[in-house]
Amino acid sequence: MSTEQQVEIQNLTLVQAVRDGLRGEMQRDEDVVVLGEDVGQNGGVFRATEGLYEEFGDDRVIDTPLAEAGIVGTAVGMAAYGMRPVPEIQFSGFMYPGFDQIVSHAARFRTRSRGRFTVPMVLRAPYGGGIRAPEHHSESKEAFYTHEAGLQVVVPSTPYDAKGLLAASIRDPDPVVFLEPKLIYRAFREEVPDDDYTVDLGEAAVRREGEDVSLFTWGAMTRPSLDAAEAVAEEGIDVEVVDLRTLSPMDVETIVESFKRTGRAVVVHEAPKTGGLAGEITATIQEEALYHQEAPIARVTGFDVPYPLYALEDYYMPEHARIEDAIRDTHDA
Amino acid sequence: MSTLQRDPRDRVQVLDDDGRVVDGAEVPDLDDDDLVEMYRSMRLARHFDERAVSLQRQGRMGTYPPLSGQEGAQIGSAAALGESDWMVPSYREHGAAYVRGLELHETLRYWMGDERGNSLEDLRIFPVAVPIASQIPHATGAAWAADLRGNDDEAFVCYFGDGATSEGDFHEGLNFAGVFDTPTVFFCNNNQWAISVPRERQTASETLSQKAHAYGFEGVQVDGMDPLAVYKVTREALQKAKNPAAADEASGRATRPTLIEAVQYRFGAHTTADDPSVYRDEEEVERWKAKDPIPRLENYLPSTPRRRSSGPSPRRCSSTSTGTCPGGWPSSGSTSSGFGTATATRSY
Repeated sequence: MSTEQQVEIQNLTLVQAVRDGLRGEMQRDEDVVVLGEDVGQNGGVFRATEGLYEEFGDDRVIDTPLAEAGIVGTAVGMAAYGMRPVPEIQFSGFMYPGFDQIVSHAARFRTRSRGRFTVPMVLRAPYGGGIRAPEHHSESKEAFYTHEAGLQVVVPSTPYDAKGLLAASIRDPDPVVFLEPKLIYRAFREEVPDDDYTVDLGEAAVRREGEDVSLFTWGAMTRPSLDAAEAVAEEGIDVEVVDLRTLSPMDVETIVESFKRTGRAVVVHEAPKTGGLAGEITATIQEEALYHQEAPIARVTGFDVPYPLYALEDYYMPEHARIEDAIRDTHDA
Repeated sequence: MSTLQRDPRDRVQVLDDDGRVVDGAEVPDLDDDDLVEMYRSMRLARHFDERAVSLQRQGRMGTYPPLSGQEGAQIGSAAALGESDWMVPSYREHGAAYVRGLELHETLRYWMGDERGNSLEDLRIFPVAVPIASQIPHATGAAWAADLRGNDDEAFVCYFGDGATSEGDFHEGLNFAGVFDTPTVFFCNNNQWAISVPRERQTASETLSQKAHAYGFEGVQVDGMDPLAVYKVTREALQKAKNPAAADEASGRATRPTLIEAVQYRFGAHTTADDPSVYRDEEEVERWKAKDPIPRLENYLPSTPRRRSSGPSPRRCSSTSTGTCPGGWPSSGSTSSGFGTATATRSY
């Protein structure tokens, strides 16, 4: 054992990092409680709360009735009272019964009461496709939440970020919709410090620096985007991959700065194209940096259809071949 | 046996329509000053309401939801709250919020389109909630949080209307309250009409209060235009929320929450944008006006036994930096008998 001061490191998957983040915040602050369906003894259907019930007891890791509006609505009341609830919705496709509570109340208490009441709540939900799940288990509807002022929307793409962003979200005085890309819950491991730390909300991460094309993405699409960037690098196209991490507030500064250098952009998301955030990012770039633009901005997205059952989901999800084609088209335009 | 433990169809009443104490009814333990203050607040709420509608008609205020007819339920219930209790209103509780310490000019400010009227500094009142029934889970959650933190001296009164009982949020809010045994009093202002849709069209259930039984706690129907009966049941429900009887482990029933159905009538429109003559006849309105809570209490007052102070009494909150209510209605001047202060409120 070294006598030097050292940070304990664990090799964790993303879902383990979520659990580690929850555990750290619950140890740090007694007001943090976890509530939802099957989060207690069962440890969550994805095991994101495994062991927390045993460690913190049923007053802090609470199995609720099967009722999403009730879960979100009571969590809003708890948060307005001053606690820091972290409700889990088992799949983001089941958030809609709680949608009214999210947009009509969680997002509005601060403004409605001019700051007298705030809602320090983090609503966690596994989201996105690619895991061969039944209907309603695979959608990417982050745009619903980014459309609502008063909500922050976070999508981690790595274990390190998952823990740090979750900690920052829990400590934030305002509500966060924390969407966990379940396709990469266990896809890879990363070194994650044992101690608690935060990753600031609202800051994008440049995952790969490049000079020719800027690629903006988040969550589970970050990895195929990086794969595509490596593939086209062999053809001499140097792609900068920016992982937005927080979708609201969006790190416009990093997006615009990158685009001003490359003049070319590809936006990649799983969500359908129409009304998706690629449109918002494109419009922002045009407002802020139109005179730097060298080529049409490409959008690589899901299709404008209901998310298909899994026999067809590989065609629906953007993958590196589609992303590579878009990069080449943008580069050559 | 507590007042709450009764068949939900057995409506609690203290004063009859003429303000006489009904046979066998127990008058709540309120002294003269408290009763006069209750009366004064009801008159003030009525006058405020008339002025607010008038301001809207003059184009000086936006859409406003009137409360006339509902003063007994609002003032009677709010007066029952203790210093550390909380109020979770819908959007018609101007009178209740006033008793709880919200100044009337703040209510006007809110309805004149300025959120600052809803900032409720240092008051234990949740902000106005417009979407029907959506505040019910908040009351459950906040009460649950108070319980988890061990703040046993806090209970929550949540207001909503008869239409709200049809919403999913009513079900989920009351269901969670039962499962987690939260200190929440669900106060349903059954004013017979959800805009134009009558009470019978909301549910085939005989009463609204009996819905509590499905959630494992008590429901009680009270004459919502009898401020003394409302005070009495709310007071008991709040006491039960904070000092529940030993849980009956075998039945698994919740011991803290209560659903109160206060049967009453909205004399005016749903809001100033509504014309009730389209859906209800004047005869019905007149029938209910015979139960008007203000003359009822006014008729009762001269017959009160003379008492200065005794037991827990209603208090209008004042703002404090701690957010608690130190007690004390606004100064009512003389402590001698008589109702001079009530008369003086006519000048509002």
